[in-house]
Amino acid sequence: MIEIKNVNKWFGDFQVLVDINEVVQRGQKVVICGPSGSGKSTLLRCINGLEPYHKGEIIVDGVSLSDPKTNLYKLREKIGMVFQRFELYPHMTVMRNIALAPMKVRKKSRKEAEKKAMELLERVGIPDKAGAYPANLSGGQQQRVAIARALAMEPACMMFDEPTSALDPEMIQEVLEVMIGLAKEGMTMLVVTHEMGFAREVADEIIFMDAGRIVERGRGEEFFKSPKSQRTKDFLAQILK
Amino acid sequence: MFNAILENLPYLLRGFLTNVQLAVFALGGGLFLGALVGLGRISERPWVYHPVTVYVNFLRNIPLILVIFWFYFVMPILVGRTLDPFVSAAVSFIVFEATYFGEIFRAGFQSISKDLVGAAYSTGLNYRQTAAYILVPIAFRRMLPSLITQSIITFQDTSLAYVIGLQEMVRRTTIVDSMEVRSIQLYSFVALLFFIICFVGSRISRHYEEKSRKAKVL
Repeated sequence: MIEIKNVNKWFGDFQVLVDINEVVQRGQKVVICGPSGSGKSTLLRCINGLEPYHKGEIIVDGVSLSDPKTNLYKLREKIGMVFQRFELYPHMTVMRNIALAPMKVRKKSRKEAEKKAMELLERVGIPDKAGAYPANLSGGQQQRVAIARALAMEPACMMFDEPTSALDPEMIQEVLEVMIGLAKEGMTMLVVTHEMGFAREVADEIIFMDAGRIVERGRGEEFFKSPKSQRTKDFLAQILK
Repeated sequence: MFNAILENLPYLLRGFLTNVQLAVFALGGGLFLGALVGLGRISERPWVYHPVTVYVNFLRNIPLILVIFWFYFVMPILVGRTLDPFVSAAVSFIVFEATYFGEIFRAGFQSISKDLVGAAYSTGLNYRQTAAYILVPIAFRRMLPSLITQSIITFQDTSLAYVIGLQEMVRRTTIVDSMEVRSIQLYSFVALLFFIICFVGSRISRHYEEKSRKAKVL
């Protein structure tokens, strides 16, 4: 589904991504962790074509992102994305937030798009908030709306960029539950998070990144029990404290 | 006592109507073009950014009255016939005000986070759709007080069109004054009319400023 081959990226003189290689199969769940500034978010943004990369290649569903003929807008429909700070459209109701892209991109009728939006709101557990504005929702509710908005385009893969790190502790669980539900339904997922409980439960593969490199990768429990590099050990010791 | 005003009231008020009409065109066109100019000013494409920036910097550094003159005298050479003063003034205002509205929109666009734009793109919206449904509406709401202030200035400036002979209120007042010679009451009346409209406008602007501060919706 997603193939990353030798990707390198610089911000000026600073190299944010160094020789990244990764393959995400359909239905696979990959969790990426690592200290801030290690390039995790940048990698997600590159996969969605929101940032250019300078060397290497990213292929989504057989289509290369760096090919000038590639229609990035079309490609992005396949990958839903959820951000740390929710990024809901502040001037639109929850319903409009979710129904906008299906109406404008897929040219669905308002009725059809809103029916689908309502189903998604029920799925994330807040059908009563359809008419509310984002500013009147709690962080956890906003993030669930953001997930519903991404799902409305029926993506083949969902990417999450630290979806719970801007949330109060008591709201983290409600968002994680929605994500675990998605995982169980077989969604392909790429999740940047430090929620190691979540990683343990759903991840097929866990990647540890530091200073723009993939330092270590492992499968579920084995990653936590016997990390190979010292850097990973230090990081896990801190985060699992 | 107010004979000069009362006897010429319909004539003067029709002039005022011209100011209002000119302002409507200037604001409608200026806001639309201004939104595009603002988008150009944040563009990452050099061939969009540089021409727009030159246009904005050039027009913001010359007086409006020169722009009005320039258009009125140069356009006939380009178009091949004399322009109606109203059309000429309307075009001058749109082109001039768009640079000011454009800078206000630019500030509004820059207040929108990169990830919000990323969120819109990630649902498959293209640039035009993102601009139309996300960027412009949010910038418009956030910058509403500044946009209203600039609109009030634009309305006041419509009187400058008298220099190309447009029959707006100030022009008509000079005509009436040349016959009646009642300068103080005539010009005071014009000033009062402008003051009322603009004062009400600035109050509306204040109201929205307070409201958005309290609501914190955006």
